[in-house]
Amino acid sequence: MLSVKNIHANIDGREILKGINLDIKPGEVHAIMGPNGSGKSTLASVLAGREEYEVTEGAVSFLGKDLLELSTEDRAREGLFLAFQYPVEIPGVSTTNFIKAAVNEKRKYLGQEPLDAVAFLKMMKEKMALVEIDQRLLSRSINEGFSGGEKKRNEVFQMAMLEPKLAIMDETDSGLDIDALRIVANGINKLRSPDRAILLITHYQRLLDYIHPDFVHVLYNGRIVKSGKKELALELEEKGYDFITDDIDLTANQ
Amino acid sequence: MKEKPDTLEQAVLTEYKYGFVTDIDTDVIAKGLNENTIRLISSKKNEPEWLLDWRLKAYNHWLKLEEPKWANIKYPIINYQDIIYYAAPKPKKQLNSLDEADPELLATFEKLGISLNEQKRLTGVAVDVVMDSVSIATSFKEQLSEIGVIFCSISEAVQLHPELVKQYLGSIVPMTDNYFAALNSAVFTDGSFCYIPKGVRCPMELSTYFRINTENAGQFERTLIIAEDESYVSYLEGCTAPMRDENQLHAAVVELVAHTKAEIKYSTVQNWYPGDKNGMGGIYNFVTKRGICKGDHSKISWTQVETGSAITWKYPSVILKGDYSIGEFYSVAFTNNHQQADTGTKMTHLGKNTRSRIVSKGISAGHSQNSYRGLVRASKQATNARNYSQCDSLLLGDKCGAHTFPYIEVKNKTAIVEHEATTSKIGEDQLFYCKQRGIDAETAVALIVNGFAKEVMNQLPMEFAVEAQKLLAISMEGSVG
Repeated sequence: MLSVKNIHANIDGREILKGINLDIKPGEVHAIMGPNGSGKSTLASVLAGREEYEVTEGAVSFLGKDLLELSTEDRAREGLFLAFQYPVEIPGVSTTNFIKAAVNEKRKYLGQEPLDAVAFLKMMKEKMALVEIDQRLLSRSINEGFSGGEKKRNEVFQMAMLEPKLAIMDETDSGLDIDALRIVANGINKLRSPDRAILLITHYQRLLDYIHPDFVHVLYNGRIVKSGKKELALELEEKGYDFITDDIDLTANQ
Repeated sequence: MKEKPDTLEQAVLTEYKYGFVTDIDTDVIAKGLNENTIRLISSKKNEPEWLLDWRLKAYNHWLKLEEPKWANIKYPIINYQDIIYYAAPKPKKQLNSLDEADPELLATFEKLGISLNEQKRLTGVAVDVVMDSVSIATSFKEQLSEIGVIFCSISEAVQLHPELVKQYLGSIVPMTDNYFAALNSAVFTDGSFCYIPKGVRCPMELSTYFRINTENAGQFERTLIIAEDESYVSYLEGCTAPMRDENQLHAAVVELVAHTKAEIKYSTVQNWYPGDKNGMGGIYNFVTKRGICKGDHSKISWTQVETGSAITWKYPSVILKGDYSIGEFYSVAFTNNHQQADTGTKMTHLGKNTRSRIVSKGISAGHSQNSYRGLVRASKQATNARNYSQCDSLLLGDKCGAHTFPYIEVKNKTAIVEHEATTSKIGEDQLFYCKQRGIDAETAVALIVNGFAKEVMNQLPMEFAVEAQKLLAISMEGSVG
C-alpha cells in the first residue's frame, strides 16, 4: 500500500530525513517511535504533503501512485489521512460543515454524487458512537476552545468519517490523560480493518498498551535504525532510547 | 486550462465577472459640471421648476464645500469636470411592456443574472432597473398599484406624485448634509421611489438593479422609500459595472422614512467593478444612506454585502426618533487586491426605549484596507436607549489591513451601549489542515469566509442570500471558469 524508498527531506535547507525506507501493507499497524527531534513529525508532514518540506531524494508510492506527484488535497482524497498533533482551529466553521465539505470533496474526486443531508446525518450518528463524541461539540467551530482530549477525539472522528486507506496518527496520545487516551485508542482500534493501514507516531510506549502494532520502528536522527515486532516497544520502554542510540552514535563516531 | 490556486494568496485573487460593456445607443451629454449642466439634466427630465431650483441651490452649496478627508482611504484627486453627468440608453420612450425594450438591454440583464421576465413573479420580486442615468423598466407596477404600493423610478414619481417627492426629498439627507450628498442633490438623474400606504404589507420584494455602462459617466442615483403607519416593505438593490481602466464615480443618496409601527428592510448587494489586481480602475463609491424611524415602534434594518468598488465610503444610518423604535445594521465588507473600504453606520438615539444593533464583518485580502467606522449616539432624551455593536475582522494573508473606529457619544445616564470587536486571520496552517482533509484552498477560503459572514448573510431575503453567497465565493475565486 505504502512504499517509502530512501526519502531525504529538508526544511529551510536543513536535512531532517536522511534516507527513510518503509513498507506498509493493508491491514497492518506500524508504530514509529523515537526521541524528540528524530524526524517523526517531519515524516508525517512529508507524506501528507506539507509545502515547507522539500523532498530532495527518494520516492514514495501509495496504492500504486507516485505520492509525491499528488497535491496535498489529492493525497487526502486518495485515502491518506493525517491526525494532527496540534489540530488547527477554524473560527466560524462548524465541525459538521467542515466534515461535510471534506466528505463531499472526496466523493467528487472519486466521481461519486455528494451525500444528501439525510445520508450524511446517518453516517455522522454511526461514527459519533464509534468514537464517543458529543453532538454538541460538532456544531461548534472546529477545534475552537476544545480541550486537548476533545481535539484528539475530533481527529479520530474525522478519520472515521473519511474512511481512509492509510491513517497517520501524529502523536495522537500527547496531552491526553489516561481516560481520554483510552477513549481515543478504543476509537482507533474500532477503525482497524483488513484494508486499512495505520501508522502510529509516538514518543511513548503507553499508547501501544492500547493499540497493538504489528511492527515497531525506531527513528533516530532522520533514519530508521531498528525495526521489530511489538516487543521492541517494550524493550524501549524498559531500557530507554539510549540502548539503541548509544550504539549508533558510537558507530558514527568511529 | 484552469489553474488551481494553491496558496492563500492565489485563492483570493479576483476576476470580475460582470465587466462587459453593452453596445447600445446612448444619449450622452458633454463632460463637465456647471449650472447649465444641471439645467440640461432637469430639462431632459422635464422637471418642475421647484426641483430645478432645489438642484441649483444644492449645486451652489456644493461649490462651497470641500471633499471630506477624514476617511481611512487614499485616492487621487477627482476631477469633477471630467465626468459625464447624464447618459441614457436611447430611445427613451415610454415602455408599456418589457417586450418593447431593447433586446441588447434585456440580454445584458440576463447576463447579469437578473431576469426581468414575468417569471420573476413566481419568486415574488418586483424589479426596477437603472442603466447609467435612467430607469429602464419596472416590473409588476400594476399588481402593486392595486394595493396602493407605488414602485417606480424617481423621475416618474416627480411627474406623477410630485407632492410626495416634494414633501420627503432631502428631508432625511438634506442637500447640505455632506459633499457627496450635495453633489448628488444637484445632479441626480434617476433611482427608485417606493411608497407603501398605511397598513399594507408589501407582498413582494422590491428590487432595483443599478448598472453603470457608459465610459466616464458618473452615476448619481437617488432612492426614496416611504412606509406609512403599520406598513412593511423589503427592498433590495444590486450594482455592477464594466471593467475600465479609469475610475468612475458613484455618489448615491438613499432616504428612508418609517412611520408609526412601520418596518423597512433594506438590503444591498454591491458589486461595482473593484479595479484590477494592480489597483487600476474601479468604481469610487461615495454613498449617503440614512433612514428615520419617525413614528413610535417603527423599525429600519440595513443589510449590506459589499464586495465591489475600488473605494467604498458608506455609512447607512438610522435616526431613532420614535419611542421604542429599532435600528439595525448588518454588514459584510469584503476587500481584495487594492480595494479600500471605509464603511459602518450611525445610530442616533433620540426617542425613549430605542434599540439598535450593529453587526459588522470585515474581510480583507490582498493589499486591501478595510475599516469599520461607526457612531452610536444617545441624546439627552433617549432614556433607556440600548445599543449592541459587534465588529469582527478577518484577514486573509499578511499584506492587508483591518481597522475599527467606533465612536460612542452618550448623554443619557440610562443608556446602555456595548461594543465587541475581534480580529482573526486565515493562515497557511488552517489551509494545510483543510487541504489534508481533501478541501482545496479555494473551497477552504470560501468555507471559512462564509462561516465568518453567516450571521449577516442570514439577514438577507432568502433568494438573495444564495446569490450573495455565490458572489462572495466569486470574489475570492482564483479563476472563474
